[in-house]
Amino acid sequence: MSELTPSQTVGPFYAYGLTPKGRAKWDPNGHYAWKETIGDNLITADVIGDRIRIEGGIYDGDGKPIPDAMLEIWQADGQGRYSNEPGSRNLSNAAFKGHGRSACDKDGVFSFDTVKPGPVAGPNGTMQAPHVVVCIFGRGMLRQVYTRLYFDGEAANGNDPILALVPADRRDTLIAKKNGSTYRFDIHMQGDKETVFFDV
Amino acid sequence: MSLIYPRDGLSAYPKHLTPDYKSTVKRSPTKPLILMPHTLSEMTGPIYGHNAIEENDNDLTKQFPGEPLGERIIVHGYVLDEDKRPVADSLVELWQANACGRYVHLVDQHPAPLDPNFTGAGRTVTDKNGYYKFITIKPGAYPWGNHYNAWRPNHIHFSVFGHSFLSRLVTQMYFPGDYLFPFDPIFNSVTDERDRARMVSTFDLENTIPDWALCFRFDIVLRGRDKTPEDMH
Repeated sequence: MSELTPSQTVGPFYAYGLTPKGRAKWDPNGHYAWKETIGDNLITADVIGDRIRIEGGIYDGDGKPIPDAMLEIWQADGQGRYSNEPGSRNLSNAAFKGHGRSACDKDGVFSFDTVKPGPVAGPNGTMQAPHVVVCIFGRGMLRQVYTRLYFDGEAANGNDPILALVPADRRDTLIAKKNGSTYRFDIHMQGDKETVFFDV
Repeated sequence: MSLIYPRDGLSAYPKHLTPDYKSTVKRSPTKPLILMPHTLSEMTGPIYGHNAIEENDNDLTKQFPGEPLGERIIVHGYVLDEDKRPVADSLVELWQANACGRYVHLVDQHPAPLDPNFTGAGRTVTDKNGYYKFITIKPGAYPWGNHYNAWRPNHIHFSVFGHSFLSRLVTQMYFPGDYLFPFDPIFNSVTDERDRARMVSTFDLENTIPDWALCFRFDIVLRGRDKTPEDMH
């Protein structure tokens, strides 16, 4: 028998505790006493790499925005290093942490300011194309859903060992569309454009 | 393909689609999830140091000038992996309704009082033994719109990071003996009685502080890396 503590929904009212930034109007006293620990801006002073913005919306089976969803991302830095890889744990406090959290607004829109990740080792000696791991939480989601964001126009996408597991006609749901330094990544929980989610 | 974090234990988790909890119907994936090997991207995860936490972040009764109303409680326990190894330096965040069952959230229009001395948010980091501790107020039950006369059992939301992005957990801690358990589709989305029981804290008389606060023990068990991981490369 499993010993794991089961997952439960984050519910609709997580914002005060988990994503206080920009939510001051929700405080009955007109301000938030709480501090943000994990935010949607991953940029640190000394970070190296191409600065990008990730922006998108999340939609339910009727195509309606999901305003009470929350996204977390985890990614390598511009050189393809994760901040807690063995040997990398002593990165300075100002160094890129690679972790972000964004609440969705009333239109189901989320965003992150970050750097484009470098390539990361994959299974069996392969390399993975630059990508961001995305975790989606929300009311109506009893456990988080995992997906991945890949980058438009990246030649390495053609050799990525994880994208290769995805049926060709659905890979497009994982590719963020480039517009200047912004990448647009819409998430559809259901329907014709249902985003690919991974069983991890 | 090798999966270094075993997936068997995930059978304790609810299914994405749990129709009794209506919000799952339009928000759960309908196509099969794609099974993938665990790469460096899944097996790493954020580590939190002392900088993330400030004094009284884990004492929700001391964040405002006055004392919040309600039953003062201590909630403590260990964050462990499935082989019962402590998960040290794990960020534990919680949020909850006040004693009257109301959240500090514009969308929460439950006609119950807000408490000017309580917002219900806290955080801490586990020590080397995986131990955490909070002081808070017992949250009240509240109605919600899922079905006729629906009320949530008393609960505290928990968000916990293990050492990989695979051991990330958001859950709810419930209180022993709650009479609303049989009627709550979120609690019962976990279909096995023994699995459900692990979301229910235990009353901890021994660590109750006389004349001051009752105590509840809540251990949290996260996915753990297999004892003998296969070589990734």
